Amino acid sequence: MSVISRGFSGRGNAETANLPPGQYLTTDFPVLSAGPTPHIPLDRWEFTIRDEKNALLRRWDWKSFRELPTESPTVDLHCVTRWSKLGTSWDGVSLDTLLSDVHADASYVMAHSYGDYTTNIPLHELKNRKAWIAFRFDGKDLEPEHGGPARLLVPHLYLWKSAKWVRGLQFMREDKPGFWEGLGYHIYGDPWREQRYSGDQ
Amino acid sequence: MAGATILGRPIMWRIGTVVALCDETSTARTITLEVPDWPGHVAGQHVDLRLTAPDGYSAVRSYSIASAPSLQPQFEVTVERMPDGEVSPYLTQVIAPGDQLEVRGPIGGWFVWRSEQTGPVQLIAGGSGIVPLMAMIRARFSSENRSQFRLLYSVRDGESIFYKHELKALSEDKLGLNVTYVYTRKVPMGWPRPAGRINATLVANTTWPAVLDPTSYICGPTSFVEAAADLLLAAAMKRDNIRTERFGPTGERR
Repeated sequence: MSVISRGFSGRGNAETANLPPGQYLTTDFPVLSAGPTPHIPLDRWEFTIRDEKNALLRRWDWKSFRELPTESPTVDLHCVTRWSKLGTSWDGVSLDTLLSDVHADASYVMAHSYGDYTTNIPLHELKNRKAWIAFRFDGKDLEPEHGGPARLLVPHLYLWKSAKWVRGLQFMREDKPGFWEGLGYHIYGDPWREQRYSGDQ
Repeated sequence: MAGATILGRPIMWRIGTVVALCDETSTARTITLEVPDWPGHVAGQHVDLRLTAPDGYSAVRSYSIASAPSLQPQFEVTVERMPDGEVSPYLTQVIAPGDQLEVRGPIGGWFVWRSEQTGPVQLIAGGSGIVPLMAMIRARFSSENRSQFRLLYSVRDGESIFYKHELKALSEDKLGLNVTYVYTRKVPMGWPRPAGRINATLVANTTWPAVLDPTSYICGPTSFVEAAADLLLAAAMKRDNIRTERFGPTGERR
């Protein structure tokens, strides 16, 4: 049973109606990172897909990555720190494109980033036009502090799953926690079910 | 262990009672909450606070814990009032001793300092980013730990400093804390440097040299944290030893 704060009214307005539970709307683009921002020169950037034994299955450098067909999704972002930003526009390569013809005997992936960040995601959450490797935000090259040159974009999960500075995916047979998932955050992270912290249903 | 997050066990909402209020500045207030069955925390962690209006509308915000870990079922948060904030005006102007609100936590296992850690510690705070760093300073002085701490604290002016007297007392007897202030808008009378932002010279002259391998904690607004982290990297600090916590203009933390 909740306790009532007399004199508190908040801004319970219509704008919050289409937000996941416990989120509030912002028009800013706040940043949350665990350490310094890596700066990755494009001539040293690569994106790889590896199997569960770390064998290389696919590799793109910046040039070959940018030659892939791109999409321009407009999506809502939901951060576990409770801000949501609606209708953001991105350019990126769909994971359907990157994973096409890749055979995996695995149900999960670990996303790896420059700067050693990791996050785990069920493989099927990256398929069917739900996830991208994004390199442009709002028509401009993605800023390093927001994950540039390229970040994973999985907007239907909390934003920590959209790994900044992404450099590859590794298949996993079993689910294993990534960086934040090992530090008390939820293993799956669905904002509509408010799966913020470890143990949330 | 206090503050440890047990995988797979939900972090409960608990009812907290305000037991004390203390103004830090004209816009920031420390709230002491008593929470029965509080599991304890680690310095640097935060809590979620939930306010519910009489009509049932509720809002939740995260605030860093300011107090040292303790065996008492109490902790402090310091809240800075955001001009257009939904929650912080209530917490800094309306709430009174005896009032209750809901508390969930402690949360976060990365931006923390544990009293088992060894080696020098560099703290860099921008504005209200001091709050979790103050918890680390208090944790150091309330434990047997003798690690040497340095704090570089960027504020607008002398009136914006949180925990001013306590920081002075802890740093005066040279027992393990050295504090350097950076004033970005207005310096006190007789201050040797003009107002300005942190820079490479200040980092070189007042923070631990990289050869001592300090663990650094930087907390503040995004632009401040970006600048400070880049200055530490330029001063040859190891990336893995720099931990950051950022909050945007929406004040999603604090």
